[in-house]
Amino acid sequence: MDSILLLVHTEADGTLAKAALEGLTAALALGGDLSIGLVGASVQPGADQIASAGAKRILAVVGDEFSQSRYSTDAAAAEALCRASGATLVLAPATPRWARTLPGVAYRLGGRVDTHVTALAEQNGTAAVTRWFYRQRMEAVLTRTSRPWVVLLDGGVVPAWSGAAGTAAVEPVVVEAPATRTTVTGTRSPEAGEQTIRPDAKLLFVAGAGWTKKQADGAVHSADAEKLILGFLHATNASLGGSKSLVDLSGEGEAVLRFMTHMNQIGQTGATPRHPKGLSTCCHGEEPHAVGWRFIGERRAINLDPNCGWARGKADVLYVADAFEVMGQVNRLLQG
Amino acid sequence: MPDPLQTLEPIPGPALKNEMMLPAVLDPWAGHALFEAAHLAQKIAGSKVWLVSLAPKAKLQQVMMTVAQKVPFELVALDGPSSGFTDSFETAAALAGAIEGIAGLDRSRLLLFGGWESASRGAGSTLQMVGERLGIVEQFQGVDQIAVREDGSFEILERIEGGKHQVSVCAAPPAVLGWATGNLPEPRNNPQVGMVNMRAVMPSLQRSKPAPIGNAGLTFVSVSLPKQQRETRVVKNVPAEEIAREIVAWIGEE
Repeated sequence: MDSILLLVHTEADGTLAKAALEGLTAALALGGDLSIGLVGASVQPGADQIASAGAKRILAVVGDEFSQSRYSTDAAAAEALCRASGATLVLAPATPRWARTLPGVAYRLGGRVDTHVTALAEQNGTAAVTRWFYRQRMEAVLTRTSRPWVVLLDGGVVPAWSGAAGTAAVEPVVVEAPATRTTVTGTRSPEAGEQTIRPDAKLLFVAGAGWTKKQADGAVHSADAEKLILGFLHATNASLGGSKSLVDLSGEGEAVLRFMTHMNQIGQTGATPRHPKGLSTCCHGEEPHAVGWRFIGERRAINLDPNCGWARGKADVLYVADAFEVMGQVNRLLQG
Repeated sequence: MPDPLQTLEPIPGPALKNEMMLPAVLDPWAGHALFEAAHLAQKIAGSKVWLVSLAPKAKLQQVMMTVAQKVPFELVALDGPSSGFTDSFETAAALAGAIEGIAGLDRSRLLLFGGWESASRGAGSTLQMVGERLGIVEQFQGVDQIAVREDGSFEILERIEGGKHQVSVCAAPPAVLGWATGNLPEPRNNPQVGMVNMRAVMPSLQRSKPAPIGNAGLTFVSVSLPKQQRETRVVKNVPAEEIAREIVAWIGEE
């Protein structure tokens, strides 16, 4: 049986985010000796948050130089924690910070790495991970003999751990911050100023290129489409996804949906977000595009084409109707 | 990689059914990285783009027929598997070895561009290991923009949670940048660029060294297609207001 290190970074206030607590759930489910490694400017609030989880050791690399998400400093901290723990299996949530860093750390440790893992279980006394290949087109279960094995767990695949807080004893691991030429200066929101990507939303709203095509009156109604979509997002707090054809139009500077960027793209070359429900509108396409909502629970679609490949066999309900009309009525009901 | 618009079916190995018969394309994110690299090289005097690619030689030749017409580059070809089932650790070793062998490459000024993930394996782990093997620890992933400043430093936008970008400034190369989509459209085919590139592409393909990639210690227990066919209820000839009521009720359900 593997000895496990759960590697998590703290937030600005020293606490642990949902992704870290999901990692803890997965680590505990594996059994085996569990150590937890924390990285951040302050870690005691996070350690206290999980004090009752039953970890054998809680190790930490602490310091202002480890507060920011940066490859060189994160790699030094993670490498030190892995070595200090002696773990054979290193589990971490697939945050952008760890996704950037931990493959390089696996190399430093002489180990191997698997990312975008969606399930982790023990099979015949050894750990086995499930992940998708060819952009969610096929699913594989795999095992490795190489150790340490670094595993990055996708968000939303297990529930977040919830248990009593307490006072945790934290073992400091001293790391000299490496010299770096990189300065993190902040974060930036999309230029349009409209935050439309909400990973924790209960509903994903998917807009297709049909919103930008000529309508029954022979004219394009992009402004109306913008108003309808934003009105719906504001009323429901849904997250917005876009088909490739739609975000490509936006990227080419055409007067389409101004808030739509490549960051919104879902599908074969976009994201595959996880939400309990999804509503697609004006989307078309076959399997390569439909993978964008592989991990959506309940799915409904509005499309004028009753044979739409996006919806047939992929959605639970297909409304054969004009999305402009339906979404106008939906917004009226939501605002009423 | 196999064109993702094709039907892809796994067979024991694992591999793809009729893999060598499937049309090949340049991986989409690798394409973005190549176009961004060429765009940058055009603006910075004395810069040059090498395209290091690992794939079966015949497939690489097929891909070059289109990619070579896009932007100027010199191909460094490795004759090996491009399957999504190959491991990133050994792939990184082959790529790093090829980069180390490039004559005339000033590694102290190197900007190593690549796709942040592939559309085949989708791991996002190869570039970091290539960087580590080359001793580069200024690394960025999910990059959408690079802006070079007058003092030689460069500002980088990386994708982070919630549709935002992290902004970083790197004082100088070398650095590794794993590109997301960037901001550039795909360049139009330019036959003149294609002719210049192809003069070097064919000799490079002929010189390409075999790069067998093993999957040491890795066992695939199963590989299968998802069974997610749903029974779709089709609602038609129903007034928009009625559909709207149903949708609003559905959204409100816990």
